[in-house]
Amino acid sequence: MIIHTPTTEAQACFVVKSVVASGIPLAIRGGGTRSGLGRPSQAASTLSSAGLTGITLYEPAEMVIGARAGTPLSLVQETLAERGQMLPFEPMDHRLLLGTEGEPTIGAVAAGNISGPRRINAGAARDSLIGIRLINGRGEAIKSGGRVMKNVTGLDLVKLVAGSFGTLGFLTEVVFRVLPKPERVVTLVWRGLPDEAAVALLSTALGSPFEPFAAAHLPAGIGARAFSSEVDTGSPATNAKRLREENASKQGAGAVERSNWIGNGSSEARTLLRLENFSASIDYRSAELAALLTAHGAPEMLEGADSEALWQDVRDAGFFAGTQEAVWRLSLAPTNGPRATAAIANVLPQARWFYDWGGGLVWLAVPDADDAGAAAIRAAIRPLGGHATLVRAPDAIRASVPVFEPLAEPLLRVTAGIKTSFDPAGIFEPGRMYAGI
Amino acid sequence: MSAIAFPVPDESILARRDEIIAGLSRLVAPEALITSADERRPYETDALTAYRRLPLAVVLPSTTQEVAAVLKFCSAQGVPVVPRGAGTSLAGGAIPQEDAVVIGVSKMNRILEIDYANRVAKVQAGVTNLAVTGEVMAEGFFYAPDPSSQLACSIGGNIGMNSGGAHCLKYGVTTNNVLGVTLVMLDGSIVEIGGAHLDSGGLDILGLIVGSEGQLGIVTEATVRILRSAEGARPVLFGFPTSEQAGEAVAAIIGAGIIPVAMEFMDKPAIEICEAFAHAGYPMDVEALLIIEVEGSDAEMDAQLARIVAIAREHGVKTVKESKSAMETAAIWKGRKSAFGATGRIADYICMDGTIPTGQLPHVLRRMDEIVKGYGLRVANVFHAGDGNLHPLILYNCNDPVEAQKAEDAGMDILKLCVEVGGCLTGEHGVGIEKRDLMTVQFNPEDLQQQMRVRAVFDGQWLLNPAKVFPLEGRVAA
Repeated sequence: MIIHTPTTEAQACFVVKSVVASGIPLAIRGGGTRSGLGRPSQAASTLSSAGLTGITLYEPAEMVIGARAGTPLSLVQETLAERGQMLPFEPMDHRLLLGTEGEPTIGAVAAGNISGPRRINAGAARDSLIGIRLINGRGEAIKSGGRVMKNVTGLDLVKLVAGSFGTLGFLTEVVFRVLPKPERVVTLVWRGLPDEAAVALLSTALGSPFEPFAAAHLPAGIGARAFSSEVDTGSPATNAKRLREENASKQGAGAVERSNWIGNGSSEARTLLRLENFSASIDYRSAELAALLTAHGAPEMLEGADSEALWQDVRDAGFFAGTQEAVWRLSLAPTNGPRATAAIANVLPQARWFYDWGGGLVWLAVPDADDAGAAAIRAAIRPLGGHATLVRAPDAIRASVPVFEPLAEPLLRVTAGIKTSFDPAGIFEPGRMYAGI
Repeated sequence: MSAIAFPVPDESILARRDEIIAGLSRLVAPEALITSADERRPYETDALTAYRRLPLAVVLPSTTQEVAAVLKFCSAQGVPVVPRGAGTSLAGGAIPQEDAVVIGVSKMNRILEIDYANRVAKVQAGVTNLAVTGEVMAEGFFYAPDPSSQLACSIGGNIGMNSGGAHCLKYGVTTNNVLGVTLVMLDGSIVEIGGAHLDSGGLDILGLIVGSEGQLGIVTEATVRILRSAEGARPVLFGFPTSEQAGEAVAAIIGAGIIPVAMEFMDKPAIEICEAFAHAGYPMDVEALLIIEVEGSDAEMDAQLARIVAIAREHGVKTVKESKSAMETAAIWKGRKSAFGATGRIADYICMDGTIPTGQLPHVLRRMDEIVKGYGLRVANVFHAGDGNLHPLILYNCNDPVEAQKAEDAGMDILKLCVEVGGCLTGEHGVGIEKRDLMTVQFNPEDLQQQMRVRAVFDGQWLLNPAKVFPLEGRVAA
């Protein structure tokens, strides 16, 4: 396996041009922590962004940061934190769920459109990505967007590339819009609600003027720590345990114990709303929300490490870390979330799930046998209008089951056409998203 | 520079006009087909009124299926198509050409579904921007993008141009607020992209469609996010002795971690024009005015405003004037949103729409003034200060061809300046015909060819809104 590691954009162009001549397809790689997403790689060699690192632009007053694609995400986040800012969309860390190691890169956050719980209020990675530089399949360095947040000049190729998993080209640099970190964050927790009532609570809250930034529901049974229960203790689980401990230690002493206390409340369902604001507004808004939602009982309030640990598990689907299950992500209208899970549970009684995005994102774990439940899951959500994406499953299943929601014929044709328009020789990650494209 | 060029009309299409009209008449109801010169006249231009061309025919379908039938027919006949929302484009995005059929969505103006629990509305493309908010206001909701033309402009047009507005600093522009569309492709296929859910896997074709200026297909329905309004909103006027101080105050507010819902800038000429029109109580003895709007409960607004006022004082603010009533709030926004119309009462103007990195604001304001004065003209500036989206209004007399040319030249110089300092040609109005020939200033040939190859996936014949966005020379086909 050849790994190309260009250190300049010109070198990257050269690599691509030479690969086009040889016809050997390339896997596109950042830190490798998300290489299990999509269909299994068909590429014999790899083009890595590891040699392209460093912050290229940071203007706190303009709320914009740019970095070369291989820059560690952690460096971007630390740089922003020094000035009290952050990426608005709370990108998920896939290491826990996929059992991978390595350092996530900012380029992969763009290439995978990787967002988290905050998406519901502040938009996805694609909404904050305002500029890219990319090597297309002709070996040309092209740009789209720029460094200003309002820009409608020409076709928005930024959006196309966000979430294209390297199939359209090799990102060399990305520019994101950023936001100030909130002064204070709290989580309100209601216990014991069934799914439908919980999503109704979240809908009421999200339709209120009190602006929750994240809204999730963990049904009864979700929240037991995978590594401390009886599941497989092979390497993914061990990695997950180590990562979790590292994360916990970053959050200060006592975090593990206390978050375990919350985690071990797993026999009871928990419904979560997160508020972010100036401190006085938090006091006011949490009281208003509690009053508005009083029919569902009185909420507990979590703050600091407890709140952070809980949302990290929601963000990273940490509840499914280290298990043998296949994991799906369903995107639906929020009130259809519980309808979809009820329909799926009828056919796949072992299914477990939890909800983010106010009910509109269902994380679903099912036995990793046969088609990983693909036919049943897609049949269940079809009448509801939504998409199912297979996030974690053995290679053989991800090769045989469509990982992304199958497309209607005209959209499949458009997708293939767009791929060809960027990459006529088909050298970038062939088949990573759809078989034959 | 010379006036913006239009392609030479295709004689073979003009010669087949009767045949084409007969074909169209078999596809749509008689009242949906407009053929007489008098009735076609309203469709010959949009808000870029200096340019006009009478289209071959105008079709105003009532259903997605009619749009599909007309597109399929035009594609088979090789006839160009110009999609049209409400015709409020300032960039000439809806200006037709003599050999083109205009497909207007104005009759498709129904709100199809409001779903408060899921916070979405499904509407037809001809619904006006403000009508969406109007429909959900009683329940305390609103549709966030608010272009100044929101009373007239359509959701279909907003999607075509990825429209913004004054409140996008907090709530984003059209692309951040649209979840799904029904798109009719050139061959007549009807596709559903997205829906009432947020992101799903697969290429983000929805993100590509928004802002594609009608060159990839025609959107007939859209599912948009509706948001719950804040408990209250209060705009406050801040008058500064210099534009520089106003610009610095904006940077300092953001630096303090405060994102107001809107931060609008007006310079002295703009203040005078808007005050004369709206009687909003704008201070007249200052060089620059910021309208800063905060949201929340009364106590929250008080707290946020106290912080903003303190910062403004550090930057030499001369006047601070808070809205004390809903009427005052309405007057303050009326003044700002009617800036273009009010300017039109005293002179002809062209409105530019470049965006700059906000740190470049003092430099760009100075240079713009020099540029316009260099042509012997006047400029009034209104813009979205939080995001650097400028709207210089260059005043001129349209009956004087020399002055008209100077105004266009000054505008082009300003846009080049925006690109030079790291910004872009257009922040929210779109490229249309107006900035088409400047695209090579912002993009190199490889950038543009990549965009055109993507465009060709949808329209290899270059029939959809063909004379827009991309320079007429050097076009890439499928």
